[in-house]
Amino acid sequence: MKQLFTGNEAIARGAYEAGVHFAAAYPGTPSTEILENISNYAEICAEWASNEKVALESVIGASIAGGRAMASMKHVGLNVAADPFFTFAYSGVNGGAVIITADEPGQHSAQNEQDNRNYAKAAKVPMFEPANSQECKDMVVEAYRVSEKFDCPVLIRMTTRVCHGKSIVTLGQREEVEIKDYQKNVKKYCCVPANAKLLRKNLEEKIKNLKEYAEKTPFNFAEENDNTTIGVIASGACYHYAKEAFGENASYLKLGFSFPFPDDMISDFCRKYKKIYVVEENDPLIEEHLLQLGFACHGKDLLPKYGEMTPDVIRKYFLQQEADLIDYRKESVVDRPPALCAGCPHRGFFYELGKHQDVMVSGDIGCYSLGFAKPYNAMDLLICMGGGFSIGHGAQKVFQMRKGETKRVVSVLGDSTFFHSGITSLIDVVYNNSNTVSVILDNRITGMTGHQDNPGTGYNAKGESSAMMDIEKIVRALGISHVRTINPNGLKEVRETLDTFLKLEEPSVVITKWPCALKKFSKEDKEQFAGAFTKKMKVNEEKCIGCKLCMKCGCPATHMDAQKKKMRIDAIQCVGCGVCSQVCPKEAIEWEEA
Amino acid sequence: MTKNVMLVGVGGQGIILAAKLLTQGLMEAGYDVKMSEIHGMSQRGGSVSSHIRYGDKVEGTTIAPGEADLLVSFEKMEALRELQYLKPTGTVIVNEHEMPSMPILSGDAVYPTDAVEEIQKHAKTVTLNATQMAVALGNAKVANIILLGTIIKAMGLEQIDWEAIIKENVKAEFLDMNWKAVRCGMDIVA
Repeated sequence: MKQLFTGNEAIARGAYEAGVHFAAAYPGTPSTEILENISNYAEICAEWASNEKVALESVIGASIAGGRAMASMKHVGLNVAADPFFTFAYSGVNGGAVIITADEPGQHSAQNEQDNRNYAKAAKVPMFEPANSQECKDMVVEAYRVSEKFDCPVLIRMTTRVCHGKSIVTLGQREEVEIKDYQKNVKKYCCVPANAKLLRKNLEEKIKNLKEYAEKTPFNFAEENDNTTIGVIASGACYHYAKEAFGENASYLKLGFSFPFPDDMISDFCRKYKKIYVVEENDPLIEEHLLQLGFACHGKDLLPKYGEMTPDVIRKYFLQQEADLIDYRKESVVDRPPALCAGCPHRGFFYELGKHQDVMVSGDIGCYSLGFAKPYNAMDLLICMGGGFSIGHGAQKVFQMRKGETKRVVSVLGDSTFFHSGITSLIDVVYNNSNTVSVILDNRITGMTGHQDNPGTGYNAKGESSAMMDIEKIVRALGISHVRTINPNGLKEVRETLDTFLKLEEPSVVITKWPCALKKFSKEDKEQFAGAFTKKMKVNEEKCIGCKLCMKCGCPATHMDAQKKKMRIDAIQCVGCGVCSQVCPKEAIEWEEA
Repeated sequence: MTKNVMLVGVGGQGIILAAKLLTQGLMEAGYDVKMSEIHGMSQRGGSVSSHIRYGDKVEGTTIAPGEADLLVSFEKMEALRELQYLKPTGTVIVNEHEMPSMPILSGDAVYPTDAVEEIQKHAKTVTLNATQMAVALGNAKVANIILLGTIIKAMGLEQIDWEAIIKENVKAEFLDMNWKAVRCGMDIVA
């Protein structure tokens, strides 16, 4: 049977067909849908982990115990999981283990453009690079064979277009793989130095064997066209991009298994062609390897050093060809920046926080990252997942050391981010006695990636009821005595809480607890937030003076009627959070009659 | 020869579903099909686009500027924003529905009045108000299916069994309305 699958769906299908027993992930674009799809297969135990390191660690345990296991994450997630990743290469596996990294050439939704192929080389972990959905599925199945045959974890490197691009996949059957026997083997799994030194030595042997595999695997292949003098070497989506740009005017070497490299295959290919072009996204890894092997080539000397290497880019920089474009006037087009949704519980908090000119706001990654933008302007920095509290802590310490500096720090992050690694940052804040105000924006869901459950929601990846962590109890257990849980839609309470806590010389925590306006309510939500999002606001035109103060809430449901000079509320979008009505100086925004 | 159809608009307009139905029909008709979407910000009112490519053998999943045979804009201003993607010989279908973005809502900018005029100067253009037509059919949400109908006609894909595709993807009680929406869209394109 054939299906149109995204790469992520195909990876999930591959896990199913390969008989995978256990899968874990932390949501992150563009990798999220891998575990979401795996969780639909009853045969696989699928879990959201609290972060990527935890996901990989549980996968390591599952593998050592004898199961086939998969961890999936976005590219920066592998930084979090790098610690176990490197040593897992030493111990090797029992049941096969595959790690999926979803890289982001062009940075469609990520804070950096790192190339995780470097991790394969650095950790000495073999790597596949699928170019389309069929390869995603096939490479997963093959990766498990490689993992078990060569006793190593295997990395599969995807990119945004492979993850979210759809192409046709031929489905196969699930191969039920028996869980292997577990034998205690401290020399293999207890990586104390005495054992790890031997494992390190063995790793060289494994890489040697994998090099032989690289020469033979059907995922590395040459496609030769007659009478061509140009040879193109590419991996991942770039293979298709290159074929689209060069067509039959070149021959191709496609590297689907790209660490360790098939040196003989590459050398044979390079010797056949006058001119060699390398097309790869992000770092020049293939290109530098060619130079090591002694072959001259063109790659990043001509192509841009960053961004996606789509066919138009290849044509422009390698072939000096550019498409005819329509020359038109687009000056009147207005930007369409993303905005917090109508009813977003972050709105009221950022509206109040943005009024504080004397604070530094240390931000984090989630929907609330939009707090940096107009009209709130309520964020100074954002570096990495879970860093909000600890980066804010370091900043506050230095502000205090500077004579005459009175700046205070407010650090913000979300509920899922708190469980991810914000919790360790908060421990640091308490342990080192910071007076930063740490804010947990608890919207009862992992919002940005499209609503995945987390340890605070009371449900697991399979949608089953689970333990529901109480953030306030956790925070108090860390030894913080100044803790308030508030509804962020009540501006007065937000204001008073911030004012009070900013005067303290001890750590304090604010938990803004109100569900995401798009969340499908659970049984518990319905009880706890009864009546939420059931009402609407409207403008009383007689009272409205058109002062536009309510626009400072940045709500997409409000707009200015330029002719009447009155505000309007879009009844379809409005869900009645009531924030705008508290901002209005004339009390012109009223509840709509039920 | 690979054909390129690009759908653009705003998050929540049903572009992803329209693209899903279109690609499924193309696949079942025996074409090689590839599609690319960027939807990270779609829930937050940002611009959304879907690239659909079909033919005997399709390589990449993305359409570059100057390569779209058909540009279908679910929102009027988005058509002007993305016109650079159209081949100079291509066709634009514009849903004249207006969705003001935040700078317009807040009164810092004005919605362009010249969008369709400017597009018509440069390309073969079909305009309709799919949103109003959908309301007339009984549900504003089927605007995306009306636009799917325009694509079917504009790309000459009438021979595919779209009724069956829709049957597979929408609930029985909405089948009739969705099929009417397809026909409605097909009738718009000459």
